Amino acid sequence: MSDKMHLKMTVNGKQEDLLVEPRELLIYVLREKLNLTGPHVGCETTHCGACTVELNGKSVKSCTVLAAQAQGAEVTTVEGLSTPDDLHVLQKAFREHHGLQCGFCTPGMITRAHRLLQENPNPTEEEVRFGIAGNLCRCTGYQNIVKSILAAAAEMNAAKEAAE
Amino acid sequence: MPKDGGIGASTKRREDVRFLTGKGRYTDDINLQNQTYAWFVRSDIAHGTIQNIDTSDAESMDGVVKIFTSKDFEAAGGIPCGWQVTDRFGQPMQEPKHPILAEGKVRHVGDPIAVVVAETLEQARDAAEAIDIDIDELEPVLDMKAAIQDGATKVHDDLTSNLCYDWGFVEENREAVDEAIKNAHHVTTLELVNNRLCANPMEPRVAVADYSQANDEYTLYTTSQNPHVIRLLMGAFVLSIPEHKLRVVAPDVGGGFGSKIYHYAEEAFVTHASKIVGRPVKWTSTRSEAFISDAHGRDHVTKIELAMDENHKFTAVRTDTYANMGAYLSTFAPSIPTWLHGTLMAGNYTTPLVYVNVKAVFTNTVPVDAYRGAGRPEATFQLERVVDKAAREIGMDPAELRRLNFIKPDQFPYDTPVAVTYDTGNYHATLDKGLEMVDYANFDARVAESKARGKLRGLGLAHFIEACGIAPSNLVGQLGARAGLYESATVRVNATGSISVMTGSHSHGQGHETSFAQVVAEMIGIDASQVDIVHGDTSKTPMGMGTYGSRSIAVGGSAMVRATEKIINKAKKIAAHLMEASEGDIELKDGQFTVAGTDKSVAWGDVTLAAYVPHNYPLEEIEPGLEETAFYDPSNFTYPSGAYICEVEVDPDTGKVDVLGFIAADDFGNVINPMIVEGQVHGGVAQGIGQAMLENTVFDENGQLLSGSFMDYAMPRASDMPMFDVDHSCQTPCTHNPLGVKGCGEAGAIGSPPAVVNAVIDALQRGGYDVDHIDMPVSPSRVWEAMNK
Repeated sequence: MSDKMHLKMTVNGKQEDLLVEPRELLIYVLREKLNLTGPHVGCETTHCGACTVELNGKSVKSCTVLAAQAQGAEVTTVEGLSTPDDLHVLQKAFREHHGLQCGFCTPGMITRAHRLLQENPNPTEEEVRFGIAGNLCRCTGYQNIVKSILAAAAEMNAAKEAAE
Repeated sequence: MPKDGGIGASTKRREDVRFLTGKGRYTDDINLQNQTYAWFVRSDIAHGTIQNIDTSDAESMDGVVKIFTSKDFEAAGGIPCGWQVTDRFGQPMQEPKHPILAEGKVRHVGDPIAVVVAETLEQARDAAEAIDIDIDELEPVLDMKAAIQDGATKVHDDLTSNLCYDWGFVEENREAVDEAIKNAHHVTTLELVNNRLCANPMEPRVAVADYSQANDEYTLYTTSQNPHVIRLLMGAFVLSIPEHKLRVVAPDVGGGFGSKIYHYAEEAFVTHASKIVGRPVKWTSTRSEAFISDAHGRDHVTKIELAMDENHKFTAVRTDTYANMGAYLSTFAPSIPTWLHGTLMAGNYTTPLVYVNVKAVFTNTVPVDAYRGAGRPEATFQLERVVDKAAREIGMDPAELRRLNFIKPDQFPYDTPVAVTYDTGNYHATLDKGLEMVDYANFDARVAESKARGKLRGLGLAHFIEACGIAPSNLVGQLGARAGLYESATVRVNATGSISVMTGSHSHGQGHETSFAQVVAEMIGIDASQVDIVHGDTSKTPMGMGTYGSRSIAVGGSAMVRATEKIINKAKKIAAHLMEASEGDIELKDGQFTVAGTDKSVAWGDVTLAAYVPHNYPLEEIEPGLEETAFYDPSNFTYPSGAYICEVEVDPDTGKVDVLGFIAADDFGNVINPMIVEGQVHGGVAQGIGQAMLENTVFDENGQLLSGSFMDYAMPRASDMPMFDVDHSCQTPCTHNPLGVKGCGEAGAIGSPPAVVNAVIDALQRGGYDVDHIDMPVSPSRVWEAMNK
């Protein structure tokens, strides 16, 4: 085992200073050291997306990112999307359209959808389906997840137009 | 107008907020003070004799607390099987011991041999790599038919063969069925494989155990669909822990689909180990481990024959199935290919004679048990495929052949020749609804449109029946169940009128916290926000059998209704006293008790307060307090049914199949929360399409699992799925439970696989290809090979 290293990163807007092993994965640092248990471990091979977080503005599967790779980075997890008073538009849409059942894939799915709508604010159904193809859900058959994301996109666009 | 609360309303789920914000509490989110971590060393060969396990190097490594092998479990029992099937000669099935850690032999890739418990997970993994295990490889037993030939290598040396049982049903009909097939006007025969699947709930299994020396009590947190069942099986049969000293908690559970019903070795391990090491022990499955340690599903090899007379009426069905048990008997494994499969072989039809033979076989593979649908998808797949093939052989519309043979609406209750009695149904209605939804009349125009683009379009129909609401205890007892299958609920009314319902059902995605509350709220006439649903903890809920077999609302919901009825009866007595009226005149509506024919009334809250502050109270007649428990044992199964229709397009150049649309027209009886019901169907259909088109569990000739990760096992992704069109407007309420509900959890996974395959065959035949069957999954290579054979 090698010596621990000093890791500094910003998680959900908060500066974190940590000692980690070089072999430690970002998902374990988030879950075990920062108690951010929203992102889940579903496969450890980047295929299920339950661990999806945003790293410097990109969706990443945090089960295959070394914590060391997040040195100096901005990390956002599902816990960073809502405020204590209000849910994010996407979270509201998932509830409204029954876009979740067991909830295990949900934090990763929401985090991915959040980034997808920044990459493509007005996606088609097909673009949503391909945009979240890296996130597995075993409960919903994806139908209501797709509906939730499309509804959230429409609402976010309407809000943007109203603001302009 | 849709209702905004109560029964029949698409109430938004109260559990969503914690899941949406990352505040769910799953078992892996639980970390106990001073906990240790377990890492399982598993066999990497399918069959062999353990010569030596050398742990000496590993023992001295950093952080190692203790290394366990089977020697540490000599006093423990094996993992028990919960169902004993009797074979067709009246003999009990062969039942091998299933040790917690391998004793002398390993019998499948993934069989646990040793466990390292260490201070950290990394230290446990490091030490596990230093354990040296010497195994003499034996020939693996893999092919079911070869496995039961004389002289075959045996999976279990102490059994007479690899045959678990040879089951016949209905055995007295065996000769009559043979005769009917011999004398039939037309017989359609189909040989098929129902592919082995991995349930793959997104949350892998986890178990955390904590032994308290201070009061000699154990707590096990585990990813289970039925914590009381785990407490009973593990406490009574494996570790000899009395139930009052063992608490089992299944907190938020990330999907189950059957795979989290069973009692697994890892649960018994961490529970026992926590006492030995004197600290909490945590085990979290990796996905790779899940593939080789979670029970698999399906894996049947079947030949079915369907006989009909000159009027195209079905006269007999005979089916011969080889069912893979894997290396050991998982908790309910023996019941799946027998009682959950044979009893559905009449389908929706009036076929008077049915004979089902099932040979259950041990192999050197991962154990097989229930997966969403469990036996009923296997029955539906073969029946709906053979009916489709028969229609094509006699040149009849598949819908028309079904209609001709359907049990008619006025024939219910209908006694099938396979022991069960369907209470209600209207198969003509669901079929007509489905055909209307798919615009069957204009399908030919769509075929032409596809053809113009060089594609082959096909439409596949299936009409399923399932037996849910498992199950009448006395009946399943006769059939070999070593458990009762009732359900329980305690309704605890608080002094100010709010209610906690402790249910024996368990929600792991089904939304019970919302839908169960809707029922109680409606019965009393209060807002659903006043009702909380508590589940998943043996220290809080009465003995319950848990959630599987689409039983939660039909059995658990019924128990809750019965307990609430007791509450209302007692509350009416209190209300009568408060209003100085006769109990028989008291009515309860919208949370108000009134005296019929008068303007007297007291509110729900007044009555509940009186129950706990009994100053003005009929103490000589009834006790204070307002808390009631009911155990509900169903008198019959429920029988959801429905029409599932799939439309596909096949690319003749590549064999690639695109699902263009999928329709489900179900009869679930009454529906509590349509939004949740539709979500259940979506998920089931996705798993059914997954089985039909993508998923397959493959072992190589050495018994190595080739599909042991999400890289190799094709899970359905969003981009693989169409939009589904689901309907549940055809409702024939169940006649024997208080809510008139039938259950909806498994329908999608049962009805959809034959619809998909029938659609692919339809497309190929319309395109002029002589193909009458392709085994699942209908991958591009299989379709292309069938087209180019």
